[in-house]
Amino acid sequence: MIKFENVSKKYGSTPVLDELSFEIQQGEFVVLIGPSGCGKTTTLKTINRLIEPNAGKIYIDGKDITDMNPVELRRGIGYVIQQIGLFPNMTVEQNIAVVPKLLKYPKDKWQAIVHDLLEMVDMPYEENAHKYPSELSGGQQQRIGVLRALAASPPIILMDEPFGALDPITRDTLQDEVRRLQKKLKKTIVFVTHDMDEALKMADTIVFMNEGKILQMASPEEMLHNPAHPIISGFMGKQIDSRSNGLTAGDVMRTRVVKAARNNQTLKSIELMKSRDVDTLIVINEDDTYAGIVTIGDLRARGRGGMEIGELITDAAPVVNVADDAQEAFDALLTSSTSYVIVLNDDNTVAGLITKTSMTRAMGEVLWGDVTS
Amino acid sequence: MGGCDVVTFINFMIENQREITNNLFRHIELVGISVFVGIIISIPLGILLSRHKKLAGVVLAVTGTIQTIPGLVMLGFALIFLGIGMLPALVVLSLYAILPILRNTYTGITEVDPSYTEAARGIGMTNMQMLFKVELPLALSSIIGGIRISTVYIVSWATLAGMIGAGGFGDPIWTGLATYNTGLILSGAIPSAILALILSGLIGLLQRILTPRGLKGVRV
Repeated sequence: MIKFENVSKKYGSTPVLDELSFEIQQGEFVVLIGPSGCGKTTTLKTINRLIEPNAGKIYIDGKDITDMNPVELRRGIGYVIQQIGLFPNMTVEQNIAVVPKLLKYPKDKWQAIVHDLLEMVDMPYEENAHKYPSELSGGQQQRIGVLRALAASPPIILMDEPFGALDPITRDTLQDEVRRLQKKLKKTIVFVTHDMDEALKMADTIVFMNEGKILQMASPEEMLHNPAHPIISGFMGKQIDSRSNGLTAGDVMRTRVVKAARNNQTLKSIELMKSRDVDTLIVINEDDTYAGIVTIGDLRARGRGGMEIGELITDAAPVVNVADDAQEAFDALLTSSTSYVIVLNDDNTVAGLITKTSMTRAMGEVLWGDVTS
Repeated sequence: MGGCDVVTFINFMIENQREITNNLFRHIELVGISVFVGIIISIPLGILLSRHKKLAGVVLAVTGTIQTIPGLVMLGFALIFLGIGMLPALVVLSLYAILPILRNTYTGITEVDPSYTEAARGIGMTNMQMLFKVELPLALSSIIGGIRISTVYIVSWATLAGMIGAGGFGDPIWTGLATYNTGLILSGAIPSAILALILSGLIGLLQRILTPRGLKGVRV
């Protein structure tokens, strides 16, 4: 859809873009990120020719954009900027309709567009269309800024740090909204940010730039797991920390568990489960090491009076070591069919149990300090 | 007329009603034409200068210098080259009307927040569309402010034009000064002051009406 071919831009002798080549697919959400002065905004602005490169070619749908009239080109590409740039002398309706009007849409057509778009972001037409930008909150203004970019249904939308000036809660809402609109309308979006959280949240593909070059172009997952350059890991420092924050399985388990020796008989075991109000027993060997689990279902289905529960145990529950990373336990918990993970000490004795509740509790404590039950 | 209390002055005004009315119309004519010429020259020139910032420095310096030449000197030159009557007066007054409007047009446009012009360009406006849909509407208040300043100046400076036979309220003032006739002087000075206030008020009103609601600040 958009293809850069050895694109370079210099200001004086300072290279801003250095032989940039990459390709953006149709319907892709691409986030350009990098430290200040890395060339991300310049890259964005070469797409709608607000900045003309010194060398190289940019193609949109196979057409060299320098062969196109810049004004026509821009009318076919949505543009959203951080400062929002809603025209203060125009109402919300006039602002949204500005490109359709430039394209000489008939009045009923652009009015229908304004109606539909306002509805899509839950800003009723009657209430909002005739307000001026100064009468809206920052978040509402940028919603209108996004709608203005969408109004003439351009297949491509460029967004230059669109949410940088908004408060975190509004930013979060707008990120969700834009992602939703993008999926719904199948737009190709090129989005500039310096906020890695935002990039990870929004992007199909992240393009990490530094000094006018691409250091890495990858999916958020890939970039998190295999950052190609120390600068990238530095940029993601916060994210990486939160993924391995030193929490172990032992930190997130509960220690009060119902254990039973393997020579316990079935009826006694059912009584034990009833009295402790659990549906599973952790079965241990004579030397206290972990043997397996037995559920109330197993007992009812296969248990007969006088049978020892050691004959009924299964190893259906995932097992982790008490020193393992909490994230491993978390993954095991989510992928397992049981709703718990057994935590063992080094000598294979049972240390505790991780349930969804104990995990949530532990995460809550990491995030907000002590959580009272 | 020796003493000059209010009653005798009012009587004087009533006696010379026709004369004063004629002066008023001539004065308005002088102000109207020269401010109009000022607008016709300044606004396009101001737009042009906002596109050529280097040229702007030079042109604004030159017009600024013209502004500092005393009105009397300018009228003297006009008298030498163009003779007496309305024409030389209009030339000089128009020249003086240019600067405030020019400067306000120029600053009004150049001070439009770059986010608006970037947005305008980015969504595909041509230069002309950007000028008429964004820049001029946003600069309008400043431009009208310039017209207001020019008008008030010109009402006052037009009285000088009486010296070279252009008529208006300058006529009785100059005659009065030459003949030590206080009544005559005041019959030019007071109405011209009132005229300046009224025109300033009217233009201020126009400015308010023409400023889009969205630019009047946030209202709760």
